[in-house]
Amino acid sequence: MKTLMSLLLLVSVALITGCGDSSTPKAPATGASSKDVLAGKLVLTGSSTVAPLVTELGKRFEKLHPGVRIDVQTGGSSRGIADARSGVADLGQVSRSLKDDEKDLRAFTIALDGVCVILNKDNAVKELSDKQVIDIYLGKIANWKDVGGKDAPITVVNKAEGTSTLELFCHYYKLKPNDIKAHVIIVDNQQGIKTVAGNANSIGYVSIGSAEYESSHGVAIKLLPVGGVDASMANVKAHTFPLMRELNLVTKLEEPTGVKKAFLDFCTSKEANESIKELFFVPIKE
Amino acid sequence: MADTRILTPGRSEWFSTLAVWSAAALVTGFFLWVLWDIVSHGFSQISWSFLTTESEKAGRAGGIGPVLVSTLLVVLVCLAVSLPIGLATAVLLSEYTPEDSLFGRLVRRSLDVLSGVPSIVFGLFGNALFCKALGMGFSILSGGLTLACMVLPLLIRATEEGFRSVPLDYRTSAAALGMSRSSTLFHLLLPAATPGLVVGLVLSIGRAIAETAVLIFTSGYVSRWPESLMDSGRTLSIHIYDLSMNVSGGNANAYATSLVLVVLLLVINMTSSWMAERWLHRRIVLL
Amino acid sequence: MSRSRNDAILIWTLRVFTAIAGAIVLLIVGFLIVESIPVLKSVGLSRFFTDPSWHPARNISNSDETYGLAPMITGTLISMALSVLVATPLGVLSAVFCHYYAPPTIARYYRRLIEVLAGIPSVVYGFWGLMVLVPAIGRIHPPGPSLLAAVIILIIMIIPTIALMADSSLANVPPAYLRGAVALGLSRWGTIRHVVFPAAKSGLFTGVILETGRAIGETMAVLMVAGNMVQTPKSIFDPIRTLTANVALEMAYAMGDHRSALFVSGLVLLAMIVALVSAAEWIGKGRIYG
Repeated sequence: MKTLMSLLLLVSVALITGCGDSSTPKAPATGASSKDVLAGKLVLTGSSTVAPLVTELGKRFEKLHPGVRIDVQTGGSSRGIADARSGVADLGQVSRSLKDDEKDLRAFTIALDGVCVILNKDNAVKELSDKQVIDIYLGKIANWKDVGGKDAPITVVNKAEGTSTLELFCHYYKLKPNDIKAHVIIVDNQQGIKTVAGNANSIGYVSIGSAEYESSHGVAIKLLPVGGVDASMANVKAHTFPLMRELNLVTKLEEPTGVKKAFLDFCTSKEANESIKELFFVPIKE
Repeated sequence: MADTRILTPGRSEWFSTLAVWSAAALVTGFFLWVLWDIVSHGFSQISWSFLTTESEKAGRAGGIGPVLVSTLLVVLVCLAVSLPIGLATAVLLSEYTPEDSLFGRLVRRSLDVLSGVPSIVFGLFGNALFCKALGMGFSILSGGLTLACMVLPLLIRATEEGFRSVPLDYRTSAAALGMSRSSTLFHLLLPAATPGLVVGLVLSIGRAIAETAVLIFTSGYVSRWPESLMDSGRTLSIHIYDLSMNVSGGNANAYATSLVLVVLLLVINMTSSWMAERWLHRRIVLL
Repeated sequence: MSRSRNDAILIWTLRVFTAIAGAIVLLIVGFLIVESIPVLKSVGLSRFFTDPSWHPARNISNSDETYGLAPMITGTLISMALSVLVATPLGVLSAVFCHYYAPPTIARYYRRLIEVLAGIPSVVYGFWGLMVLVPAIGRIHPPGPSLLAAVIILIIMIIPTIALMADSSLANVPPAYLRGAVALGLSRWGTIRHVVFPAAKSGLFTGVILETGRAIGETMAVLMVAGNMVQTPKSIFDPIRTLTANVALEMAYAMGDHRSALFVSGLVLLAMIVALVSAAEWIGKGRIYG
């Protein structure tokens, strides 16, 4: 018992003190760096939609510049904005464009994403007009037979208040979030996809990239055209799909330098395209 | 313990026997259902490289090596902090505090309250205290410390129960023999209370490994090999959450990671019971 | 008893550590209170219980924000009550099974199974619930994500806690009691019910407290399967939102008063637990630890 305790104590002390400083220096990200060797640490926080993409880009960047560390955290788009403002994070991840009261920050768009309406694959309905979607979400149409489907009550799946997807959806369909009469509220894309796939009479809206991937891999959902335009990544890329949103990295207004600038250049260049496509978003430069 | 078999069933007891076996069967059935889901979907992805390499393509390819290491480190920090504090508090509560004292009641009530604080509040608390106020930032250390706060009630209450179950005779006999209280504690009571301690340990480790909301805000999301305790590192449960809820096509690896987690738990639980038995329990013979 | 120097050192060490444990509790409660003050100052506490709905960020249609927590409090209480009511007998009977009914080998494996299940993350249960349980419930009665789903997931999650605590307290029952019962000719179930349970009651009580704490504090799994609609459930198939899920949902983007309001809901949860624990202690006054 005594030997065990002292062993544990020794190990913990060793761990805490022995590797006290990591091998990379915590050089300020905006400080001057030598021309050849980039070094330093960048901290990014914000949207969990953007987080996997930035993590992948960060890994690629770290391989190119071994002295750099890119730390990605989540917490939501609003946290990204708040942390970028206060300087807690070097860059904020935001899954929408900046609002009017956020003009003290500038945004670097790294990818595009779309939002589409999804139905269960077994639903007979093939298309819904904008007015029908609005009425369904307002609760005015409550049964699938009123829009050409079978006689079954509609289960409306809505996204949580405050998410950028909801804001985009309401903005396009000119709905007020408080007027929506939903039956289930979901938090992220995958939850939405799985909920609609598990309920034959449901309707919901999620990111196009994920929906396209999942439905092509056998998940029981189908994507509806919006405003007559088919829901596909190709149409988002062609800018013909009406429900689009930007994935942004935001920072303070002054010009970024050093590691931050290098990373932003990397993310907005063609080298980032592979990672962007792997995660089913649309690159901006082809 | 072998004595429990002296309770033999009577013929008129068929109802209670049925009830007990049905309860066990129901519980087993549900759990096997969940476990089977995990094993059947996750088994095909497991390989040595899965366990030791970094993740690629946002976790859908590659492995979970760094995540495993971060998880183990977080649990280690958590236990290193919570075991001494928890054990000490449990001992004080059960051995040195009168049954009806205000102090004892207060501490117990506050621990009960602590056990019901939602995990997300712990996450925000840990973020505010360890990451911001104490300046540790997103790090394994912050995560471990916050988890320690979270598992304290479990550990303390379970261990206290263990001590409470040791018969009074042990203590009075020790006093009659002239042993000091600290000797009694270390050589007699602690070994005898080991079953309670082990339960507390198992529950705490289980809780620590299972936590997600707490760690998103404290030890973070980074999936790189941690170089020190001050590095941010995601744990297995966060990785599973990200793969199943955030990333398209992450289901397969989510299942695989869940399977690894289950196996890891089994190993940790068996090791801690074995260690506790070996080092503590066998020293005394229970009559 | 003897008071050697070792004893004095020991006592003081113990006191320091206990003080640290107590300090942690105070810190967390203090944290909650400090973060709740802004909205309590501007809105006041009573509105949290009397307002008709929960719309703390309603500034689009220029109508006032409302802060009614009542539907969510109901949701939390009902899901907790139902899950504890079902999980406790299942968990306790599992422990009884391990000790008195099962052959030793089966008992060993069963115990290992429960120990492993204590550590499975809530997201895994939530994931399983979303993929398997919710569609199954949806086929019986739409929409699927519902109070029932939340209760079932909670039951599965808290059974290990009560089962393990019960297991350990049953192990601590002095064998002499059992021998005495057999000598008196009591039946197996009779012994268990009238001798073992009273002897183990403090451990069982602790187990119930711990599992209730877990049920009330569970966030992720409930978020995934309960439907998250802010409404008082009228049937077991209605979607509900618990206080914890609400905090998780809205904390990501809440600012100012809204954020404070979420911390107030945390305080309300704390108050609920204090009330429950005090009630339990009062009911079992002296009878539990005596």
